[in-house]
Amino acid sequence: MATSNYQPKNRFLRAFNEQLPILSLIHDSLGPGYRAPKNLNYWWNFGSLAGFCLIVQIVTGIVLVMHYTPHADLAFDSVEHIMRDVNYGWLLRYIHANGASMFFIVVYIHIFRGLFYGSYRSPRETLWFLGVIIYLLMMATGFMGYVLPWGQMSFWGATVITNLFSAVPLVGDEIVTFLWGGYSVDNPTLQRFFSLHYLLPFVILGMVILHIWALHIPGSNNPLGIDVQGPQDQVPFHPYYTAKDAFGLGLFLIFFAVFVFYFPNFLGHPDNYIEANPMVTPAHIVPEWYYLPFYAILRAIPDKLGGVVAMFAAILILFAMPWLDGSKARSSRFRPIYRTFLWLFVANAILLGYVGANSPDDFLHLGGVDISFLTLGRIATAYYFLFFLVIVPVVSRWEEPLPLPKSINEEVLKKAAKAAPAE
Amino acid sequence: MATTEQGTSEGTDVTRRDFLYVASGAFAAVGAAAAAWPLIDQMNPSADVLALSSIEVDLSAIDVGQSVTVLWRGKPVFVRHRTPKEIEEARAVDLASLPDPQADEDRVQKPEWLIMVGVCTHLGCVPIGERGDYDGWFCPCHGSHYDTSGRIRKGPAPKNLEVPEYVFLNDTTVKIG
Amino acid sequence: MKAMFKKTGLIVSLASALVSGGFGAAQAAGGSAELKHLDWSFNGMFGRYDDASLQRGFQVYREVCSACHSLKHIAFRNLTDIGFSEAEVKALAAQYEIVDGPDEFGDMYTREGRPSDRIPGPFENEQQARASNGGALPPDLSLVAKSRVGGPDYIYSLLTGYHEPPAGVELRAGMNYNAVFPGNQIAMAPPLFEDMVEFADGTPATVEQMAEDVSHFLMWAAEPKLEERKSMGFRVLLFLIIMTGLFYFANKKVWLPVKRGENV
Repeated sequence: MATSNYQPKNRFLRAFNEQLPILSLIHDSLGPGYRAPKNLNYWWNFGSLAGFCLIVQIVTGIVLVMHYTPHADLAFDSVEHIMRDVNYGWLLRYIHANGASMFFIVVYIHIFRGLFYGSYRSPRETLWFLGVIIYLLMMATGFMGYVLPWGQMSFWGATVITNLFSAVPLVGDEIVTFLWGGYSVDNPTLQRFFSLHYLLPFVILGMVILHIWALHIPGSNNPLGIDVQGPQDQVPFHPYYTAKDAFGLGLFLIFFAVFVFYFPNFLGHPDNYIEANPMVTPAHIVPEWYYLPFYAILRAIPDKLGGVVAMFAAILILFAMPWLDGSKARSSRFRPIYRTFLWLFVANAILLGYVGANSPDDFLHLGGVDISFLTLGRIATAYYFLFFLVIVPVVSRWEEPLPLPKSINEEVLKKAAKAAPAE
Repeated sequence: MATTEQGTSEGTDVTRRDFLYVASGAFAAVGAAAAAWPLIDQMNPSADVLALSSIEVDLSAIDVGQSVTVLWRGKPVFVRHRTPKEIEEARAVDLASLPDPQADEDRVQKPEWLIMVGVCTHLGCVPIGERGDYDGWFCPCHGSHYDTSGRIRKGPAPKNLEVPEYVFLNDTTVKIG
Repeated sequence: MKAMFKKTGLIVSLASALVSGGFGAAQAAGGSAELKHLDWSFNGMFGRYDDASLQRGFQVYREVCSACHSLKHIAFRNLTDIGFSEAEVKALAAQYEIVDGPDEFGDMYTREGRPSDRIPGPFENEQQARASNGGALPPDLSLVAKSRVGGPDYIYSLLTGYHEPPAGVELRAGMNYNAVFPGNQIAMAPPLFEDMVEFADGTPATVEQMAEDVSHFLMWAAEPKLEERKSMGFRVLLFLIIMTGLFYFANKKVWLPVKRGENV
């Protein structure tokens, strides 16, 4: 990557590129100069989609800030001002609010892709770590962003989440007071959350650039999980994957638009259209859907500190994946037993989300049997950690992978031969 | 890795600019342009700002020789009840001698009421009343002198003070904007 | 690829079931009766508000609800959206007294309302509102259609949901029985009675009619850009579907040599 032989045709561009080789950089990282495995499937679309989501959030966010007022007395009204009076304000705010959910949907699928095809394995550990850091930053950014409209869920969500830190031994209460800038969630809290909500996306952007850089050193993993052996295994990124990403982006935009234009408040909570009131707690405090699995883990542990530790551990354990997985094959395609556990893990994560959305005291009626959500949450939490701490290390080392194909090209040619008679 | 470019594919059917690619590109471009419009238009005045764009001023409390300054669209508007002497001065000027020639009759609807935006046409400062070499207004920022009709007479300002749209709703009420 | 879409579809439907299930459970926790689902004109992909109903609803708000409930996010000028002319809005605004000031002596004064003013509420502050309502705070109605699960259906069901408490239910002092209100005990007395307003268009003012019209009006108050949103959404989707179709075929064409087994 360091030495590019790219030469723009235009004389002036060539001179410019010699002094600042930014055109070479683009050519070699997103253009024909970057070669990617030729067998990437549609799961690989979600990386570029995540980048797209980040840009959408930054652009709409910058524009919303032109009208939003970060003050406890004015924030709620300024959001309504955006919704009612600002030209296209309703559209921009609905894109930003739903865009957060879209970003998380895309990133969850992107993470799952990595888990399924072993993209965290050597030589891509750094790439994976950067990804987990981006995910953590996203969680923080999303949480603080949800506080800004200063509705009831904003206020009480902020109260509950910041109170998690009171579980820290000895200095817990001091930490919470420090986070709040006072003795409760109030104007100082709102203002610092606003500042950080504006800052963190740019930190994420920087991390994303490192993430892409770290991707381009070893190159993309692929559904077979085997190494690229030569140019015959690859295609130029442009036009092959730009075309494929464009098609994926189109599908994604349709999905996104359906929410923005027809169900703009489906993923939000009605209580957030009531202005924050420190005197009245809503009947059910529910975080945004993308935190629900972790919220369920938090509530599954009977001890306050234990719950908080488990919740953070549930995310941080992703960092350990490169060491937990000891299989000879990267891709789950050749590991049927592991694959079953992995799908079960996905179902379990969704179940945790469902548990997180419900009150632990309520019961799930399953064919005549009543299970409390608390019990359900504990079982699901147990599987969550069992998966990482036992299933991955044991199954990956014990299960003998199916025979791996010799090369990517061979597999692609086999497919082409199969498809040929049909054409 | 990136340095090994496998021959150039230009000229083959892959990169030939046929209808499908042109149409795709055109749709992408139109879509991007359409998406940009809300991002730009949000900077234009919002509905509540536009709704505030006219104000009514009660003239009954302003005596001859007095003026009030009201805030209109975030800018000061001078409403001056001119004395006969001021009117006379304003109308006696030889138009040819003015940097921005305009008859006093064209700047007022009723001779005794001079209504104008109190923003210097040079760089936007607010001139001070009953000052300057022409008994009108004087801008302290860069020394522009305006006469009793608010016309520029001396100094760097290029134009007369702007007269906003206004109507007299009755003898004592004027609606600006 | 097909199998992948199948799986993705499964995940998407699971996720949406999870989200709606989550909210459904939260909603049911109130232990309230089923909401009545009306066939609102603003429902659906091409939904639009019905100006006649909005104007009747505004009349109900003005003559009934506004005695206790504010509508603070709505300005008089917004009423041109529901079919009033500018002159009508101006005349209407002038009927209200607005506190403005301070004047040059530092005193607040009242003046006639202007179209740019927000509709003033019945109380000056929360404390005054509570003092006048036996300690209960009548909520602002600007966003009530979005801040209650079920939205306009909930408002309609609440307004028509008053009846005698079932046997064995002890009402607390000052409370009224309502079938859909969470907990079933509501401080607001039944607000609507037959013929308490007279509609200019001759529509009979039954409780159901008034409840429907005011719910319609409050939906508009909460989401005034609904019509613009839905009509724009249709055009955007149409555009995106065509664009994505083009992208699909362009992508297919790009990949043709690779699918044929050529090296590129």
